[in-house]
Formats: sequence, structure tokens, C-alpha cells
Amino acid sequence: MDTLTGNTRVTQSPDVTSTPVELSKRTTRLTARDVTVHYGSKQALHGISIDIPDRAVTSFIGPSGCGKSTFLRCINRMNDTIEGAKVGGTIKLDGEDIYDPSLDVVELRARIGMVFQKPNPFPKSIYDNVAYGPRIHGLARSRAEMDEIVHSSLRKAGLWQEVKDRLAEPGTGLSGGQQQRLCIARAIAVSPEVILMDEPCSALDPIATAIIEELIDELRENYTIVIVTHSMQQAARVSQKTAFFHLGNLVEEGNTSDIFTNPRNKQTQDYITGRIG
Amino acid sequence: MATALNEHIVTSYEDELINLNKAISEMGGMVEQAITDAANALLKLDHKAAQDVRQYDKRIDGMKDRITEMAVSIIARRQPIAVDLRMVVTAIQVANDLERTGDMAKQLAKRTVQIESLALAPKFYNGVKHMTDLVARQLKAALDAYASRDAAKAVDVCAHDDEVDAMHTSLFRELLTYMMEDPRNISQCIHLLFCTKSLERVGDHATNIAEAAYYLETGRQLGQDETQRQQL
Repeated sequence: MDTLTGNTRVTQSPDVTSTPVELSKRTTRLTARDVTVHYGSKQALHGISIDIPDRAVTSFIGPSGCGKSTFLRCINRMNDTIEGAKVGGTIKLDGEDIYDPSLDVVELRARIGMVFQKPNPFPKSIYDNVAYGPRIHGLARSRAEMDEIVHSSLRKAGLWQEVKDRLAEPGTGLSGGQQQRLCIARAIAVSPEVILMDEPCSALDPIATAIIEELIDELRENYTIVIVTHSMQQAARVSQKTAFFHLGNLVEEGNTSDIFTNPRNKQTQDYITGRIG
Repeated sequence: MATALNEHIVTSYEDELINLNKAISEMGGMVEQAITDAANALLKLDHKAAQDVRQYDKRIDGMKDRITEMAVSIIARRQPIAVDLRMVVTAIQVANDLERTGDMAKQLAKRTVQIESLALAPKFYNGVKHMTDLVARQLKAALDAYASRDAAKAVDVCAHDDEVDAMHTSLFRELLTYMMEDPRNISQCIHLLFCTKSLERVGDHATNIAEAAYYLETGRQLGQDETQRQQL
């Protein structure tokens, strides 16, 4: 935000129009093969296979109930917490199976952070919201180190200037957009490799949304980001790779610019252009 | 041939795109008429008809402005993507090419008014007539390819542009001969030289429209696809 003019900057890095060659050059961070999910007897995902590129934003789009959020939750094993949910297939993070029984799920979720649809800060101070993760993972050995983690996380989340004088105030007292950036700071604080975002802007106004999108664009330099969004325009704006889900299947995936100018699949085209499928 | 598109859920959006396409068809018809009328006026040396063509050009220009406004409004309010975006972007391109084609008709008419008598060999005027028919056919085929989103037809139009160019070169040589034969022909021949040049430009605009039709249907640029095909 430009404080003089009140204008929001939304920088478009040249990478946004990256050619297929550029995207394919990126190393793959996450690999999913034949991922299935059953909720009891109901199958929610039918064999999803996709590569998630490193240091890029991948967006999942599709109508409600298409399985995009279900798949996102598989990536940090959030479905484990749902009773009756059964996950099949493999998901590898840097070649390591995240469903390996010997893997520590708590540690996994530190490596793969998550930001939710509604900002959900803890009923604690702004400082403690960010310090919570590093504290339970024992990432800071001293108060000074913890201060450093909290400050740098708030800076990376673009919130520092707005909250530096009121770190002791409750996080719930911030505006919706600020709360969401606080949640992003909280996710960043444990130095994750991947950040999953489940409709992070759906509860925000357009300006707060633009600030978050600008933040996502900055964060992708250091993190692998996967975002589920109902806003097609948002997927077009922030992501380099887009995957379209429908009825529990991955219908089409590819460069965002290709998907939004010339999708190969008719179902994708009907969905993104708002046609009756 | 293009596969039929399903309708938009929002009917007012669907209507706006239909109206945009209708406006392109209408403008295409107007420009085809202007070219035919201008060429006939030239060949019959009908100064009155030529003046009418010059007047008519204002309506063509107005039509282009209307199409541009419709397209900009759709972009601003609907944020079209994929095939819809290509439809809107190519509508602007095609309207632009049609407006330029209209200008060529106006140029023909302007030259016609300045020619006092048709004093060359009849064979030459037959050549001009032939070239007019050829570019009119090209323009019609390009507009048909656009309206029916027919990529194969668009490729066909582009392939035939060489014929227009060849016609232009041949008429150019002929005019040069007349000028060398008798310097009194020079004034008339210069006017006619500009006329054939205008007709050749119409062929180029027809090619542009065909390229837009190809892009609309396939999402790829014809030029790039041709280069790739040649490399294979």
C-alpha cells in the first residue's frame, strides 16, 4: 500500500506469463500419484496425479464439491483428523512419502503450513499468535531469537508496519485482512517449505484481497504455494500453474496462461467461461 | 468446423457476445458493399457513385467505434476468458481491419473522382475487374471463416493471398508499359496505380481477418503454426 496515495500496488512480475518451458524447468516439490480419498463409502477423489512445482503458485479451481479442498487437505494430512476418511495413492514431498507411518505428522505440518478461508487467529496477542508455532517446535533458544522470528515473519507477511507498536494487543482485534496476514505470518514462523491456502481471500474485501495477492506473489520466491480459490480471476492473477477439478477428478492442469486463454478440455472451458456444462 | 459452444449461465453476457458478433457481421457486409461499389464506380467512371462511397465511409467508421465500445465494455464488466476473451479481442482486431478496408474503398472513390476518362486498353480494366473480384472473394471468405469459426477456411484464405499479390504485380507492370508508351497516360496511370495498390491492401486486410479467425478458433497464431509445420 502506498501510504501517500492510498494506492495498492499489485506488481505483476514478468514470470506471470511464463512460457511452458520456464515452468517445466522448475523442480518439482510435491508429487501426487493416484491419490484417492473415501469418506466412508463415498469416494471424493478418483486417482489424482499432479506435480507441484517449487517456488511457484499452483491454483486448484473447480465447482463446489469437486474435491479440490479435499486434495489440498491430503497434502498436509489434514484428512487424518476426519473420521472415516481413507486416503490412497502416494504423495511425496521432496521424494519422501508423507503418508509413511514412521513420519511425525506434527513435524510434517510445520513443513507444510496452511492458511484457511476465514482468518482464525488464536485468542492471544499478536506476538503470541506468531510465536506459538516456533515455541511448540522449539525453534527459538532465547527471547531475542523468538523476537527475531516473530518480527521477520510479520515483515514477510507485510503486517509489520501496521502492528509493530501493538504486538501485545489481541490478534482478534485486527481487521479481517490483517488477521489473514497474521495467519500467514503464523504459518511462515515455523519456516515451512510449502504453504497451502484454502480460499484465503473469500472473506476479504477487494483491497485486502489485493494486498494478500501481492503478498502471495512475494512469498513464492521462497515458498511453494498451493491455493484453492473460487475466484477464477484470482487463480489467473496469482498462479503460474492451474489445475481444474471436477467431480473428484483432475480434468486438466497446465500453465495458468494456457488454461485461461486456451484450455484444451471442453469441461474446463465451460467452467472457466461460465457456460452451462 | 468449430464445435458448438454451450450457452453462458448469465444470459445477458451471452446476449452481449452475440450482439458483438452480429455487429461484426453487419460491418463486414457494409465494407464488402463499399469495396464492390467503389470498384464499379471506378470501372464505369461514375463520379456520383464514387462520392456516395466516400460518404458511406463515415458510417463504417462509426460502426468500428461502436464495436470497440461494446468490446471494451464486455472486458470491463465481464472479464472474459478463454474463447470469450479471444472473441472480444479478435472483434476489436477485425473491426480495425474492416475500418481500414473501408478506407481503401474511400481511396478508390477519391481516385475515381480525379480520373477524367478511361483511355487505356480494355484488357487492363478487365484485369482490374478480375483483381476486384478476387479481393472481394477473399474478404468474403475471411469474414465467413470468422463468423463460422472455421480454421481450415481461414488457412485457405491466407494461402490465396499470393494470387492477389501476383495480380497486383502484373497490373503494375502493365501500367508501367502504358506510361512508357505515351506520357499523356501518366496522370491516369498514376491514379490507377494507387487504385490497384488499395485493392492489394484489401487482400492484406482479408488475410488479417482470416488470421484472427484462426486464432479465435484454435487459440494459436497461424504464423507460428505455419512455421512449425514447415520445420517438421
